[in-house]
Amino acid sequence: MKINGYTLATLKKGQKGIIQSVDASDPQVQRLMVLGLVEGAEIEHASSAIGGDPIEFRLFGCGISLRQEDARFFQVAPVAAGD
Amino acid sequence: MVGNPNSGKSTVFNRLTGLKQRIGNYPGVTVERHIGVLSFDGKQTELVDLPGTHSLSAHSLEEQIAVDVILGRMEGSNSPDGVLAVLDATNLYQGLFLLQQLVDLNLPMVVALTMTDAAAQSGIDVDVKALSAALGDVNICTVIATTGFGLDKLRAAVSELPETTPPNRISVWPELTAAAERLRAAAGDGLAFAESERLLVDGITVHNQSFASTLNDEAITTLDELRREIFGDEPPVAAEARVRYNWARKTLKTVQQSAPKFHSWRTQVTDFLNQPVAGTVGLFIVMAVVFQAVFAWATPIMDLIDGLAATLGGKVVASLGDGALSSLISDGVIAGVGSVIIFLPQILILFLFIILLEDSGYLARAAYLMDRTMHSVGLSGQSIIPMISSFACAVPGIMATRVIPNRRDRIATILAAPFMTCSARLPVYALLIAAFVPANPVGFMNLQGLVLFGLYMFGIVMGILTALLMRKTALRGPKPPFALMLPEFRRPNLQTVLIQLLGRVKVFLYRAGTVIFTVAVIVWALAYYPRSEIIGTEVEKQRQIAAYSLSGPELAAQYQHIDNVASAAQLEQSWLGRAGKTVEPIFRPLGWDWRVSAAVIAGFPAREVVIAVLGTVYAVGDEADEGTLSGRLKASTWEDGSPVFTLPMVIGLLIFYACCLQCAATLAVIRRETNSWRWPAFAWVYMTAIGYVGALLAFQLGSA
Repeated sequence: MKINGYTLATLKKGQKGIIQSVDASDPQVQRLMVLGLVEGAEIEHASSAIGGDPIEFRLFGCGISLRQEDARFFQVAPVAAGD
Repeated sequence: MVGNPNSGKSTVFNRLTGLKQRIGNYPGVTVERHIGVLSFDGKQTELVDLPGTHSLSAHSLEEQIAVDVILGRMEGSNSPDGVLAVLDATNLYQGLFLLQQLVDLNLPMVVALTMTDAAAQSGIDVDVKALSAALGDVNICTVIATTGFGLDKLRAAVSELPETTPPNRISVWPELTAAAERLRAAAGDGLAFAESERLLVDGITVHNQSFASTLNDEAITTLDELRREIFGDEPPVAAEARVRYNWARKTLKTVQQSAPKFHSWRTQVTDFLNQPVAGTVGLFIVMAVVFQAVFAWATPIMDLIDGLAATLGGKVVASLGDGALSSLISDGVIAGVGSVIIFLPQILILFLFIILLEDSGYLARAAYLMDRTMHSVGLSGQSIIPMISSFACAVPGIMATRVIPNRRDRIATILAAPFMTCSARLPVYALLIAAFVPANPVGFMNLQGLVLFGLYMFGIVMGILTALLMRKTALRGPKPPFALMLPEFRRPNLQTVLIQLLGRVKVFLYRAGTVIFTVAVIVWALAYYPRSEIIGTEVEKQRQIAAYSLSGPELAAQYQHIDNVASAAQLEQSWLGRAGKTVEPIFRPLGWDWRVSAAVIAGFPAREVVIAVLGTVYAVGDEADEGTLSGRLKASTWEDGSPVFTLPMVIGLLIFYACCLQCAATLAVIRRETNSWRWPAFAWVYMTAIGYVGALLAFQLGSA
């Protein structure tokens, strides 16, 4: 599924994306999926802490923060602005 | 009572039960058990507030307990008659995931839909009818905990739970449902449908032994076959998340209508704090304000208590005269316990802030803002919650490390946590700062507040260095992925805040009333006995000589002087005095006299005791003319008349207290949480050594 190389970590501030695939081999990543980070979920990069890490995402209205290095487990398809 | 973390579950619990609740522990573990009684229409219902969870998949001890209690598998708990599920209207997505699993329990259920007001503000309108239909026609009560809206309806629904029919099973994942029934058929009667589902998804793990152990060999074979059949190569937990969140997403479309947003203070605050720099600066300002408040607001009340204890002690001596009993009451009990009670105002203010920050959702934001820093020293953002809790007390802080899944992170956090300035260190800091640091204004703070702030920072730096050191040496290893939920800001509910505050105060007063009272009496006895006959006869002789040559006020003053000298002599040859003198050579390089040494020794079981001991030791000595403890400390001198409490010595003493692990409860909880004596022993030696060296350097360099 690495069509575009886009992951959650490459989303810019204010940009939305839809999760396409998750590298779920690590049990800890599965724990993140239990929080709702699954294929088909729409997610927005809301802001980040100093230095751009960690990143705060909006996932159906709830705030969830991920580190850059962990956001890479999630492939996304960016949604064009205004969609 | 079940719900996601931050769903407003505890607020609803507190609103439903009020003061009719008690906090205990589940048998054999340190997870808190909150039980409350809900009264409605003359009927009493026992409510158990379970630890917040995202899923019935148990991955940690707390989740395991929540799951075991719901399934009726918890030792010492009855099977529940029903489930009160708390659903946050601002976070239906995650809530619906858990609710699907709860419906499968086939238990009577009522859903409390919270935060509909906040959801409306952010443009979400929930169709309660459609939501109820989606969840198997479950009864849903809309509740706004801050205003009390809907609480009576919820009370009625909860008290009728045992007579309520369970919600209908919902069709989310037919393959799993069919497999769960097949597994039940293979396993026999003992296995509930929900348990069967959990076994299929989670497999047999350490956290589901309560029901996994009922499986026979045949059932285990069936379980393995079924799991291969449903999941294939996909990790089952990932498959469950995918399927259930798919359903949640579809359901959201039918139950959520978007409404126009309107801007509230909440969104404005969130927007402001979401800016990286502004948010971080804001965090430091919040912390500085908290410490300044703890110091400045409490002072007038503390002075009042201090004066009151001094007057009371004087009254006792006046009415009972000199003697063992009068000394026990005034010097032992009043001086000892009073000098701890005096810190109640500060502890109240500190806990008030911690509770407010937690309930408003700011603590999670602090964890997010600090994550990069924590991560760079080998800890995770999740370590910040235990660390911040440790500012109140390291014991709950260390218990809170359970949320950290990685063992190395967890032990590094446990070793760093006791460096955070706990509420028991605060009295020692406050006493020494008030006595020896001038209150000069520095910016919007004063020097006292600044020194206190500096000591808190010192604790943080020491903790971080410790964690870094451990992660680079004994606890080397990879850093696992991690996510942190960031709840919306919300106005804390006054009643909930007060109930929590009251609980903390009770714990503090209970300790002051038992442990500290006992230690105060024991220390008094050690400082009072044995009485020396020789000193007694010497006093009589001196008094007679004085009576010959003096009269009137001069004579009274001379008597007072003789008595003080005698008390000092008695103290010096008492058990405590002898113990202090024995260890004095060890602490002499730090500039401590035998009295400070004795107090520090007595403080090893519980550091707040040191104030009580100083209070006792200095109440019977030469400096007793000074009314308050800080006055007495300032007046204490070496034999040559130079003051004991010089600035370098006080700084050294503060450093010693900032580092040293003088708390038996913390050692016990480290032992329990790491399941070995190795870590508490290491922590004690390590921290005491740092404290000693730090105090030594401060005194020697400062005095040179």
